[in-house]
Amino acid sequence: MLKTFPKGGIHPPENKLTSSKPIQRLPVPKVVYVPIAQHIGIPAEIIVDRKDKVEIGQVIAKSGGFVSSNIHSPVAGTVTKLDMIVDSTGYKKQCIVIRTDAKNASNFVETEYPLKKEIALEPQKILQRISDYGIVGLGGATFPSHVKLNIKADKKIDCLIINGVECEPYLTADHRLMLEKAEEILMGIQILMYALNVPRAIIGIENNKRDAIETFKKLILQEPKIQVAALQVKYPQGGEKQLVRALLKREVPKNGLPLDVGVIVHNVGTIFAIYQAVQHNKPLIERVVTVTGKKMGNASNFWVKIGTPIKDLITEVGGMPEGTRKIVNGGPMMGKALKNTDVPVTKGTSGILVISEDEASRGETKPCIRCGECVTVCPMGLEPHLLMNLSEKGMFENAGHEDILTCIECGSCSYVCPSHRPLLDYIRFGKSIVKKLDVSKN
Amino acid sequence: MDSPPIVISASPHVHSDRTSKRIMYDVVIAMVPAFLVSLYVFGINAFIATATAVVSCLLFEYLIQKYLLKTAITIADGSALITGILLAFNLPAGLPIWMIVVGSLVAIGIAKLSFGGLGFNIFNPALVGRVFLLVSFPVQMTLWPTAVENNTTLADAVTGATTLGIIKDGLQFGETMTELSAQLPSHLNLFLGITGGSLGEMSALALVLGGLYLLARKVISWHIPVAVLGTMALMTGIFWWADPQHYANPLIHVLSGGAILGAFYMATDLVTSPVTKKGMLIFAIGIGVITVVIRLFGSYPEGISFAILIMNAFVPLINKYFKPRRFGSKIKAKIV
Ligand code: SF4
Ligand code: SF4
Repeated sequence: MLKTFPKGGIHPPENKLTSSKPIQRLPVPKVVYVPIAQHIGIPAEIIVDRKDKVEIGQVIAKSGGFVSSNIHSPVAGTVTKLDMIVDSTGYKKQCIVIRTDAKNASNFVETEYPLKKEIALEPQKILQRISDYGIVGLGGATFPSHVKLNIKADKKIDCLIINGVECEPYLTADHRLMLEKAEEILMGIQILMYALNVPRAIIGIENNKRDAIETFKKLILQEPKIQVAALQVKYPQGGEKQLVRALLKREVPKNGLPLDVGVIVHNVGTIFAIYQAVQHNKPLIERVVTVTGKKMGNASNFWVKIGTPIKDLITEVGGMPEGTRKIVNGGPMMGKALKNTDVPVTKGTSGILVISEDEASRGETKPCIRCGECVTVCPMGLEPHLLMNLSEKGMFENAGHEDILTCIECGSCSYVCPSHRPLLDYIRFGKSIVKKLDVSKN
Repeated sequence: MDSPPIVISASPHVHSDRTSKRIMYDVVIAMVPAFLVSLYVFGINAFIATATAVVSCLLFEYLIQKYLLKTAITIADGSALITGILLAFNLPAGLPIWMIVVGSLVAIGIAKLSFGGLGFNIFNPALVGRVFLLVSFPVQMTLWPTAVENNTTLADAVTGATTLGIIKDGLQFGETMTELSAQLPSHLNLFLGITGGSLGEMSALALVLGGLYLLARKVISWHIPVAVLGTMALMTGIFWWADPQHYANPLIHVLSGGAILGAFYMATDLVTSPVTKKGMLIFAIGIGVITVVIRLFGSYPEGISFAILIMNAFVPLINKYFKPRRFGSKIKAKIV
């Protein structure tokens, strides 16, 4: 039997339209818009000024603290502006605008890095490089990787989990990366195992990506410490806690981290970025983005420079189709709907999903018929109908006691509710207030 | 390019196509086999009773919402339709029409709308209607036209007692089960529906068929029907095993007295049953126990309607105390 997490979960239509589309290179944009807050934590501090000339890969904003990350210039060019632009969160954020130097060859020649197998650096140096080169979690959470890898002496890690689940419908960026860069990813895993002195690693991949599973299975024949596990297709298996439970039967405690049960989880994209940073001195300045939607004729996967406006991607696949109602940064379950297509691709952009009228429509909200579906599917064992009710009535203390803060915002509850209740919307609202209450109490 | 309005709403951006309306109509579909059996057994009377209940339920909902509450009209959501059918299913064929209308008014007006409408009611509306009629008009409500075996026109049913009624009365007059068994329909007839009783409880086969449809469509889960019937079988089985002359066997109990109708169609009502599977089991075991106690020691032979209503009252409490286990709570931190 395939492994999976036992409680809750749903199986929305997979719609992986682009899983057989090799990753193409998007033409280098004329102008890039690089926000300084692309990760969770403190925004980076800008260290360039207007009219400065920057090289590709040069640090343009420095990590603003421990939980922060460096930001590098994705292109060689000139800083034209330090501006405020709306990013994928819908808020205006500070960003560095760089005009690409059309004459600078480094923008256009693509260095092909040969696979480099020997690890030349000391563990400490490896971790330093991951920090220096701006690596953050590429699965969508964008948590600075060096923070995750900074393990205190009293914590023992016995397993590294590689998240190749990609449980969001439509998205195929990780899937393609696993097919095309499997050896590099494997190398990245070995680098991390060496740097952290972890005895074993498991690559978790959902069973709808058989080819990726087979690819890795072949590659690890000589690697007794690395396993590949096929997982039953179930959303939200890519959630860290669900994945750790599925693979190791260990339950991360409430308000705890995988670290508390001896595990570190990294997304395959992050592992690839770590490989490039450590072995080839390449900072995180591009990533794979799936550009997709049922009406997008040339939906595909792309290597995209950070800071590329999303409209460039949409133009590349044939323009915005008639009747588009929503443009989503990310997948349909957890992605953010965008206000416009000027928003740039950031380190956390795993996909751009264009949704048409019929798919976007949400039924009219009806009273809760207490069917319990939301309770059944909640992977965290919460009672979404109750949490919505409490948030709606302003009973935030009670919502806190009902563990509203442990909600991972997977959206499974809203997805299944036959009365189309905006459960997660209210839960998010409730969470934000409960968080404030908690802070004021302490 | 950006002519159509772009919507910015929060995730998730896709939804399953299950709607409460579809769930309701699935329940209606599931009741069709039992309805056909009632037509076959009781003929036009079954049709009249069901039609009266359905029309009055819809009409009362419409009138009360339009003129009294002045709220949105919700008769299209299918729930009043279900209440109507279920109410009729719980009545004896041939009950005076005006009584059916009164029952419908109680079900919709009092049990449903006065609580705030669909989703807010605590008690199963159809059962409230039925029990109201039972206590108000005990005579008419226990006049059971039955089908006569070997009679080609089953519609010419004669008035008789229900299986459980025969047993209850017989035992009270000191008869033993062996003596009574001659008057009872065979197990096969109980299963197929040639028996005395209310409209919808006739054929266990038809009811189970519809129940399986509900299970297949995931409208209900197995927990409630299995636990209700299982508890009943277990308890009556123990009594029967200890004293078979004075207690009917579990098969009779499960197949008659609306047990299957109650277990599959009424106890499972989404609104008035618990939300968690654990809660559902507790709820259903409660129904099973109360039903058996009423049947064996109380004054009503059937009992399941009361049992469900009593347990309905405990649902808020059950929901409060039988919560799903929170992920990551109370675990032994174990590092291998
Ligand atoms: S899924 Fe919707 S209708 Fe069902 S219990 Fe949850 S909130 Fe209520
Ligand atoms: S309550 Fe939170 S964790 Fe549970 S299903 Fe809803 S969004 Fe997911």
